[in-house]
Amino acid sequence: MSTNAPGASGTIFSGASGTTFPGASGTTFPGFADPVLDAQAGFRAVLQAMSRPGQVQRVPLLPELPPGLSAAAAAVLLTLVDAETRIRLAAGPEAEAWVRFHCGAPQVAAGAAQFVLDPAAGLLALDPGTEEEPERGATLILDVTALEEGAGWRLTGPGIRESHRLKVTGAPAGFLADWATNRARTPCGVDVILCAGDAIAALPRSVAIEEG
Amino acid sequence: MYVATKGGERAIGAAHAWLDETGRGDPALPELTADQVQAQLGLAVDRVMAEGSCHDRGLAALAVKQSRGDLIEAAFLLRAYRTTLPRFGASAPLDTNAMAIQRRISATYKDLPGGQVLGPTFDYTHRLLDFRLAAAGQLPSGAPEAEANNEPTPRVTEMLAREGLMQREAESEAEPGDLTREPLSFPADRALRLQALARGDEGFLLSLGYSTQRGYGGNHPFVGEIRMGEVAVGFTPPELGFEIDLGDITVTECQMVNQFKGSRTEPPQFTRGYGLVFGHGERKAMSMALVDRALRASELGEAAEAPAQQQEFVLSHCDNVEATGFVEHLKLPHYVDFQSELENVRTMRASVEAAK
Amino acid sequence: MTHDPGYNFAYLDESTKRMIRRAILKAVAIPGHQVPFGSREMPLPYGWGTGGIQVTAAVLGPADVLKVIDQGSDDTTNAVSIRAFFRRTAGIATTESTEAATIIQTRHRIPERKLREDQILVYQVPIPEPLGRLEPRIAETRRMHAMADYGLMHVKLYEDIARHGHIATSYSYPVMVNGRYLMSPSPIPAFDNPKMDQMPALQLFGAGREKRIYAVPPYTSVKSLDFDDHPFRPIRAPHVCELCGSGDTYLDEVLTDDVGGRIFVCSDTDFCSERQAMKEAAE
Repeated sequence: MSTNAPGASGTIFSGASGTTFPGASGTTFPGFADPVLDAQAGFRAVLQAMSRPGQVQRVPLLPELPPGLSAAAAAVLLTLVDAETRIRLAAGPEAEAWVRFHCGAPQVAAGAAQFVLDPAAGLLALDPGTEEEPERGATLILDVTALEEGAGWRLTGPGIRESHRLKVTGAPAGFLADWATNRARTPCGVDVILCAGDAIAALPRSVAIEEG
Repeated sequence: MYVATKGGERAIGAAHAWLDETGRGDPALPELTADQVQAQLGLAVDRVMAEGSCHDRGLAALAVKQSRGDLIEAAFLLRAYRTTLPRFGASAPLDTNAMAIQRRISATYKDLPGGQVLGPTFDYTHRLLDFRLAAAGQLPSGAPEAEANNEPTPRVTEMLAREGLMQREAESEAEPGDLTREPLSFPADRALRLQALARGDEGFLLSLGYSTQRGYGGNHPFVGEIRMGEVAVGFTPPELGFEIDLGDITVTECQMVNQFKGSRTEPPQFTRGYGLVFGHGERKAMSMALVDRALRASELGEAAEAPAQQQEFVLSHCDNVEATGFVEHLKLPHYVDFQSELENVRTMRASVEAAK
Repeated sequence: MTHDPGYNFAYLDESTKRMIRRAILKAVAIPGHQVPFGSREMPLPYGWGTGGIQVTAAVLGPADVLKVIDQGSDDTTNAVSIRAFFRRTAGIATTESTEAATIIQTRHRIPERKLREDQILVYQVPIPEPLGRLEPRIAETRRMHAMADYGLMHVKLYEDIARHGHIATSYSYPVMVNGRYLMSPSPIPAFDNPKMDQMPALQLFGAGREKRIYAVPPYTSVKSLDFDDHPFRPIRAPHVCELCGSGDTYLDEVLTDDVGGRIFVCSDTDFCSERQAMKEAAE
């Protein structure tokens, strides 16, 4: 609008069921078998994981996985990411095409992303949010080799009665040192969802980790 | 012995049945149709579309019928329906410059290009109850017709702007925010403020606008122009890549011309208060323009002390669907909290008695 | 049971659910912090539980068993209405039993029975801002939360003590969560506040009109604000329940005539009827 005052454009609604316009480059790999109920089950797994740091949860399985993604990471993405979220994804072209098709999320630099799945992205390089808006802190989806309860790291903090043990195989070098720095800036900070196969465990920013 | 009351579900069912029966009224009288509401209570329909934030005359008329003429309830029905609709995308900005004019008046000039058009207005009617309307069956005698005036009707504010006397609005290609998707945070920019006001309650904005005229944050407003008529809605579907015309809607636009004394960076000039609403909603468009201008106080370096100038106050309270819900929720049971207040007051009274 | 085919499962569309789910996860990760969310217009009025309903709708699955209470009772009209809404739109099982429920949506009470790890408590919240009565401007209270600047609230409580000899707040009594955020527990009676501390169940709070979601994870510290010389005191009517004989639950006062006749009964109707059944079985 040139000389008009601002604000006179509107949203167009459709009375019939919506049509989606996926990105140009398609994928042959499917999403959830049941997009509504699998997403709900996926969310409950992530919610449980985030509420009870270090407890291992199982996500709903996809009929077929695109190469480059673990079952857990794929389910977490489908559950939480869509056209309204900014993501940073580095998992190979097939996985990226799959995410573009099923989630439609715009790709941005790691430091500007709400969700990050990129082995090269350091915990401390991501958006920690601000003191007034700590909820803007990013979520890092981190693929590891294995997750096992009852041994390993000793976790304490909200969500944990006394302490909880989680053994993480294949965490990036220097992760615990970075984590201590991340935790020290709470309520700002990054939350992590660890993925291995179809298992997830979460590390909300408030959790303290001691090496086991 | 005391038994706790049960039967909430049955009571609700019975209340709803009673509501339906009362809404229908005397069954000996013909039922009002939504079409009749749409045609004959058009201003109620327009108000419901504006405050319901959804342009659909048929649905708004249905909402008026269903709500028994309670227009806030009708706006609520329309909003709740709107929120379930999938979104195609955003229209192109309306070009009200190209409006097919039904009414166009300016208070700042005696005459102007395009002329003054009174249109269908109550303005100069004598407010005498017309008892002929009490007896149905009479058609109005019909308005005289004239050739459509295809002369362009340039905006008063634009003519002032060309002379350098009216502040131009900053142009922006940025996507405006949408308070129905993202919660408002303060300070809110002008596009978001206008969105909130366009959905806001006519009565609330009317009173706030009135307060600015009575000295609570006024800026010597003149009606630069009010225009009402049809504008085209354009939309570019992503799969087509070019703009198509979805149809025409009726809107009312008001541009208030307000004084501005100037600042260190800007010379003295007029500033604009802007109002735009669905349908024929002149009172609302004018009130909106007054409040829009009042809310610009801070950006124009004016003291912002009056209620109409405080954006958090105005924007947090202008939505009548929110307001009515929260005011009316007081009729829900609160006996648990009341009980703790009872015990609290009893304890305090006991300690006052003991201290005597 | 099946849900109304005219609507998506649990009413909300999937993109709205994702938006709410993202907000819930951040709320859990930052205990007690109010996360703004794009609250939608619901087919029930603002102030009548739209925040709690949106949270429940985003969390709920077909295996859940839902309980809804208002004032501690399953049979108050608004609780009945919300339960019916989810039966219709999600086709899920509902219950009046606290023990049988997996999700409990509540207005103004926490159930008397201790909640378990496998349960989620969803609170309906009218005013999420604990500082709101002292400072109505959101831009200002947001800054105070960022700085953990809660002096205003301490001054208010101290003025209570100076005037009344004790803290005169009996409901919506503010709490500190995880030692960091001042939080409104919603308008539950102060009597219920201690139940929030170290609760095994996840607690989620939804404020629809004010567009905020916040949370308390399980086993998290929740302390009612007080002073060393004026410790927090939960208030309840000093009577026993007329129906079940309980002497330590929250009681409603019921007027039996207009000349001062009154009895006291448990506000938590499920807890009370369980106790009555046990009493009968023992007799």
